[in-house]
Amino acid sequence: MNKSQLVEIVSEKTKVTKNKAEEVVNLIFDSMTQAMARGDRIEIRGLGSFAVKEYGSYVGRNPRTGQSINVKPKRLPFFKVGKELKDRVDGKPSSES
Amino acid sequence: MTKAEIIEQIYEKVGFSKKESSEIVELIFDTMKETLERGEKIKISGFGNFVVRQKRPRIGRNPQTGEEIEISARRVLTFRPSQVLKSALNGDREPSTPASR
Repeated sequence: MNKSQLVEIVSEKTKVTKNKAEEVVNLIFDSMTQAMARGDRIEIRGLGSFAVKEYGSYVGRNPRTGQSINVKPKRLPFFKVGKELKDRVDGKPSSES
Repeated sequence: MTKAEIIEQIYEKVGFSKKESSEIVELIFDTMKETLERGEKIKISGFGNFVVRQKRPRIGRNPQTGEEIEISARRVLTFRPSQVLKSALNGDREPSTPASR
């Protein structure tokens, strides 16, 4: 499923036009992106949480040539699946909480 | 950030009532969960992909007792952030793709 298919389903299940549904879907992922850019953690109950990990700079190596290179500090997003969805994906009956 | 803050954003920017905003946000996350539960992946361009992966059984070890136990086969959900999201977290203007023009 991609974003436009998600938009379509949401539009069909509500009385909302595709344009409006698309606006909402975009707004959700944009505000989540902005939250993570601020270094915020996001917690969506029933789905999971997103956290940002900070890495300092380090000296890495090009595995092919063995040449050392400086790797700049960076931030990476990590997603941790919530218990309920984790069980559902694995086909276990989940205890609704 | 929580779901409540996302709903607040929708309420402020889209012109839906609080109730409508809440319902549509819940529907979006519920649709995503149902899709993933079926084992189907979700690709959100500009954000990332949620992928269900099948893991084979493997032998693990209890780190405290050293006892070997079989970790059963299972399906797990992974998230792969898009280059656009990674760039946004690092304050880049443009996503830095190695093959950019």
